[in-house]
Amino acid sequence: MSAVQTVPPALSVPVRSQSSQAQTAEHPVAIDVHGLNFYYGPKRALENINIKIPSKLVTAFIGPSGCGKSTFLRTLNRMNDIIAGTRVEGKVLIEGDDIYGPGTDVVALRRRVGMVFQKSNPFPKSIFENVAYGLRLNGMARNRADLHARVEESLRAAAIWDEVKDRLHDSANALSGGQQQRLCIARALAIKPEIVLMDEPASALDPIATQRIEELIYQLKTQFTIVIVTHNMQQAARVSDRTAFFWLGKLIEEGPTDRIFTNPGEKLTEDYVTGRFG
Amino acid sequence: MADRLIPHFQEELEQLKTRLLEMGGLAEDRVRSAVKALVQRDAPLVDRVIAGDAPINQLHIEIDSRCFKLLALHQPMAVDLRAIVAAVKINTDLERVGDLAINIAEAVRRYMRHAPVKELIDIPRMADIAQRMLRNALDAFVRRDTELAHGVLNEDDTLDALKTQVFRELLTYMLQDPHTIEPSLDLILISRHLERIGDHATNVAEDVIFMVSAKDVRHHAAEVVDSGQAKS
Repeated sequence: MSAVQTVPPALSVPVRSQSSQAQTAEHPVAIDVHGLNFYYGPKRALENINIKIPSKLVTAFIGPSGCGKSTFLRTLNRMNDIIAGTRVEGKVLIEGDDIYGPGTDVVALRRRVGMVFQKSNPFPKSIFENVAYGLRLNGMARNRADLHARVEESLRAAAIWDEVKDRLHDSANALSGGQQQRLCIARALAIKPEIVLMDEPASALDPIATQRIEELIYQLKTQFTIVIVTHNMQQAARVSDRTAFFWLGKLIEEGPTDRIFTNPGEKLTEDYVTGRFG
Repeated sequence: MADRLIPHFQEELEQLKTRLLEMGGLAEDRVRSAVKALVQRDAPLVDRVIAGDAPINQLHIEIDSRCFKLLALHQPMAVDLRAIVAAVKINTDLERVGDLAINIAEAVRRYMRHAPVKELIDIPRMADIAQRMLRNALDAFVRRDTELAHGVLNEDDTLDALKTQVFRELLTYMLQDPHTIEPSLDLILISRHLERIGDHATNVAEDVIFMVSAKDVRHHAAEVVDSGQAKS
């Protein structure tokens, strides 16, 4: 017997996006997704996703394991391209540009849409070099002093400067897990992306390091559009402005976080946030 | 951007406290105005007190909504959880104080249709005590000061005694001259409203003690105060 029987049947699920009021003059649409389907070989992992993600806010994707939230996140900077046998239908517009349109420069796209992963993955280099690497690669520093200034700015933005300023040339691997993750965030911020995607950025960290990352996310939204995937519903509640609930590859509901967690529009969302399944 | 991270939950908790203090200030101000209108027989001031309930009602709704969101989105624990639950209850108490100020103003309006029964001494004293209790209870909330909160609990007895005194004194006037019955009843009602305001301040103080020390002193406050003093 499969565990699927414990959740409501898929056919009864209405697909609804309530994101029509997501954008405001202050927070125009940064990512506009139309009719997105995603396939791993013959298996459809995402089904007709429509969502508008506003800029300079934190949007969280929640849902049970296998609901498609990480897959969807990775479609936003074409990170799924590297997986063989995958296929995308529909449109993902970033600031109006269709990122699956012909002629898209994927490297340039990933510069605009940075990513932070579940497991911190610093380069086996010094703390300084981890941040300087992307700046050099993209020719973003005019000279040595400018490079130093940009590295410092990024480390400060990721709230790790005070902890590493006296040991910038030590190996990044000597840092704690939480520090490594903030270093990876600094590395992502250094090349000034418009959007930062975060895939379970705190799930491998202890509660104190998690709290630091959460506060960091909350502060970064003044400068960046942030999309975060988390299996931790409470984390989504604490850090995000908008929350999207995914279930079995469908976007069930999207809206302001306080509404999703206090008065969701869909029974499925309510069942999930109250812990009745998932 | 700051290197140091201040959890935004703590900031929101501070904002909640600021709004509660604003609400307390408004409620206290309305009680003061209502009693001032009585002493000075100021009809326009009576009207202003009766008409001006909207800001308190708006804050009542806003504070509840803030508490609701903080509970839902931050899953507070321990002292933070107790602080938000206390805020919900204090909010209700303050809203009731605002309503009682209106009740006082309505009684003042009726009272002013008659000649003064007597010089007012105890009612202004009661108003001073009730306002002080309210102010101290809110200060105790903000400063997490259980000693100040216990002081509020002790003052409630003084307020109750004054209410009884007002009643006895006015009873003699009513017995002597039936014409004074109607205005005297309004003064008795006003003293009753002020005593109720003291009760709400007491509730706030009890919530503060629970918030700070997780001790429930309701319904047996005196024992806890006594045992607390015996220890020190």
